[in-house]
Amino acid sequence: MSISKNYIEVKNLSVSFKVSGGLLLRTIGVVKAVNDVSFSIKKGEILGVVGESGCGKSTLARLMLRLIEANTGSVEVDGKNILELSKQKMKIQRDNMRMVFQDPYSVMDPRYTIFRSLSEPFEIRGIKHSREERHEIVNELLEMVGLSPEHGFSYPHELSGGQKQRADIARALALNPEFLILDEPTAALDVSVQAQIINLLESLREKLNLTYLFISHDLSLVSYFCDRVVVMYLGRIVEIISADNVGTQAHHPYTKALIDNVFTTTPGNIADIEILEGEVPSPFNLPSGCGFASRCPHVKPSCTELAPQLETTADGGQVACHFPLN
Amino acid sequence: MLKVSDLAVEFTVDKKTIRPISGISFEMQKGEVLGVVGETGSGKSLTAHAIMGLTSLVGGKISGQIVFEGKDLLSKSHKDMQSIRGAEISFIPQNPMTSLDPVYRVGDQIVEGLLKHLKITKWAAKKRAIELMEQLRIPNAERVFEQYPHQLSGGLKQRIVIAIGIGTEPKLIIADEPTTALDVTVQAQIIRLFKELTVANNVGLLLITHDLGVIAQICDKIAVMYAGNVVEHGDIKTVFSDPKHPYTRALLDCIPYIGMKKGSLKAIEGNVPTPSNFPKGCRYSSRCPYVIPQCKTEFPETIELACGTKVTCNKFDLNLPRH
Amino acid sequence: MSIDYQKTKKHKSPLKVLLKRLAQNKMGLAGVVVILILIFVAAFAHILEPYSYKLQDISNMSQPPSLTHLLGTDEFGRDLLSRIIRGARISFTVGVVSVAMSVLIGLVVGGLAGYFGGKVDLILTSFADLTWSMPSILIALLLVAIIGPGLESVVLAIGLSYWAQYARLIRGQILSLKTSVYIEATRSLGASDFVILVKHLIPNSISPVIVAATIGVGNAIVLEATLGFLGMGAQPPTPSWGAMMSSGTAYLFISPWVIVFPGIAMMITVLGFNLFGDALVDIMDVKNRESNL
Repeated sequence: MSISKNYIEVKNLSVSFKVSGGLLLRTIGVVKAVNDVSFSIKKGEILGVVGESGCGKSTLARLMLRLIEANTGSVEVDGKNILELSKQKMKIQRDNMRMVFQDPYSVMDPRYTIFRSLSEPFEIRGIKHSREERHEIVNELLEMVGLSPEHGFSYPHELSGGQKQRADIARALALNPEFLILDEPTAALDVSVQAQIINLLESLREKLNLTYLFISHDLSLVSYFCDRVVVMYLGRIVEIISADNVGTQAHHPYTKALIDNVFTTTPGNIADIEILEGEVPSPFNLPSGCGFASRCPHVKPSCTELAPQLETTADGGQVACHFPLN
Repeated sequence: MLKVSDLAVEFTVDKKTIRPISGISFEMQKGEVLGVVGETGSGKSLTAHAIMGLTSLVGGKISGQIVFEGKDLLSKSHKDMQSIRGAEISFIPQNPMTSLDPVYRVGDQIVEGLLKHLKITKWAAKKRAIELMEQLRIPNAERVFEQYPHQLSGGLKQRIVIAIGIGTEPKLIIADEPTTALDVTVQAQIIRLFKELTVANNVGLLLITHDLGVIAQICDKIAVMYAGNVVEHGDIKTVFSDPKHPYTRALLDCIPYIGMKKGSLKAIEGNVPTPSNFPKGCRYSSRCPYVIPQCKTEFPETIELACGTKVTCNKFDLNLPRH
Repeated sequence: MSIDYQKTKKHKSPLKVLLKRLAQNKMGLAGVVVILILIFVAAFAHILEPYSYKLQDISNMSQPPSLTHLLGTDEFGRDLLSRIIRGARISFTVGVVSVAMSVLIGLVVGGLAGYFGGKVDLILTSFADLTWSMPSILIALLLVAIIGPGLESVVLAIGLSYWAQYARLIRGQILSLKTSVYIEATRSLGASDFVILVKHLIPNSISPVIVAATIGVGNAIVLEATLGFLGMGAQPPTPSWGAMMSSGTAYLFISPWVIVFPGIAMMITVLGFNLFGDALVDIMDVKNRESNL
């Protein structure tokens, strides 16, 4: 499969939420959850989005599916801006863009059997099948994700976390989408099961020619599974880097810090690791300048004055830093 | 300092008896960090609760032996255990968000623990609390002292919980997934703090986690648990470089790392068996690629190898070095 | 790709789980038995009654219980047992229909308020609070005064005065459920608000409503009797338990059974509904339902 033309183009996407508090619920601050985010995904590509809590990666996914409406910006799929589609057209567009969720333990209606949950995408779109046809289609979906028809009769609480996540993937695949947003699909699972799901997703991508947006907090997983990685911090993209370059050519100090702070399974001594100090600051009413300035080990006075813009690097990535590394 | 032998916990549910953990044996020395690693259902948290003497509260029956500083903990009365808990062994739970009381200032929560176990004045306790907070690198400790839990970030809250845990100068800290709820960069800070604490105070740390990366960076010894048993126990470097149990090996193989070649991630197929349907022989036999008929029928013996690793496997002599 | 297929024996639907737990709950079963008897009596009242409920026999007025009249007769010589049996039909119908009405109104109002939030929520909740803050007997009296006494107005009065509690319950449930992952997942499939509300949110928030409604039927029966006692309910000769007790007060010292037996019938009925309702709280695990349903 060739990775060529841009399939999805996200341009200047932003959304902010008002935070109200106090006795009279007055607006006390604004959180720019996603702030001027632009990137593209090629057909057949796996694009990773990585960042710590509050970086806006989950909000980004919801903006792209219009589960939350953006304030400004556009999301073009095959050249068509889906943020401008009518409700009815968006419903049809959603057949083609599906999401797999983080928490498999509550992703299925507890009162529905897996079969009924997997039938729902068809019902929502008014697609009618005979009983036998529907069973055949659902069983095919179950088989595709490594479950058996038997699992269709189960209720969610009867399945393990990994099996539930498989069922969620099967539901996402129901109407043959081309694009899946995977929102931390393995964060709630054990590592051995995580590996099962990652391998399943990889084989499904090859078989069905899918394109993925893979969201995770785990940089090692993202750099293993994805082709390119978008690193986010406080609602902004700080770096876009080819997955192969993550280990060797990170340009942004934050990316570098994430790499250093991921513990490998090679026994070592924590005292030798350079640890990023501080925590992600509270996201509302951020000062001007680079959002990472307060924690950056290489901070210079100019960093707090002007926010750096994303600029293309020599190796084809993009970085938003006044003083990039390497 | 701590020696656990043949520990088992039994519960009776609906007239059926289940033993979620059994045959647990391991030991650790003063000032050492022992990592207990396992996936969901391995019984690692239950093991910690058993050592703390907390399982009887939920109706569990404990057998085996837990010797701590020469004292047999299982023969202690409920009241004796209460004074050992907190004073000599302290427990740091997984979720800092729920282990702090939201209506009290965090400083007072540290002071409360100090007053309960140490014979000091309130004023001295406050001074000690601020010292502890500074030792844990809490910036502006005196200001944070006055704050309520909801005003603090996750990392700061976990530091407060740790301050409560170490304030009484325990000889052993048991920490149950202390960094799971935190961001990676904050996790690194907390893990480093733990290491510093054990070195500076010569205190033992029993760290329960599912994260082999954390174990690799901080522990001296490791106990790998699977389905309620310890399958491998030994020195961290030996176990990680030359895992003897097929499960340990498989677990190490399914963790991705930066620079890993695409397509080389190996999963362990199947699921962890639940206590009500543990296999008769080796509990890993249903998923083990090296299984021999004997594994399905007989529970393997624990063997101490020349390298010091104790392994519970019929095929302990397999050569399974890491790639 | 292989995965263990532990042959999952039988798949227990949430309903089956509930029935199994109910079977183990003795008090709950006692409640069920009472309710079933009541339904049976109400349904076959016209066959079960030994005499016609309106047959007057002046020569036999105010007779104490005897073999011919098991529970005695009232001041018009009517057989008390027959009237209590007929009264069961009235009480049961009024109880169930009026509660069904309040639940329906509550579902719509609470569902819309909880799901859409914002101004819709503010308006609907204020309206519910307003009804809630008035004593239900007052609303009932007001309605009876407007529509006039009679069974229909009693049903309407009870239905319109009790809906606010169900609206509140549903609203609270939906508020907490609407942010859950499976709702978001269903939205991401393109489901409309109506589908989400009717197929997912309401079925998943119905348990506490069922519990409240069960106990509510008991309350409605008492309110019906109260209105009947005050002369605003079913008009003679229709035998409502409340009206029977009311007319019995005049003869309290001559024929106390006229007031005692309808009272006992009502007590057992209300007790039955309450026992069943309390058992439902346990078996549906209303407080902590995440863990098992």
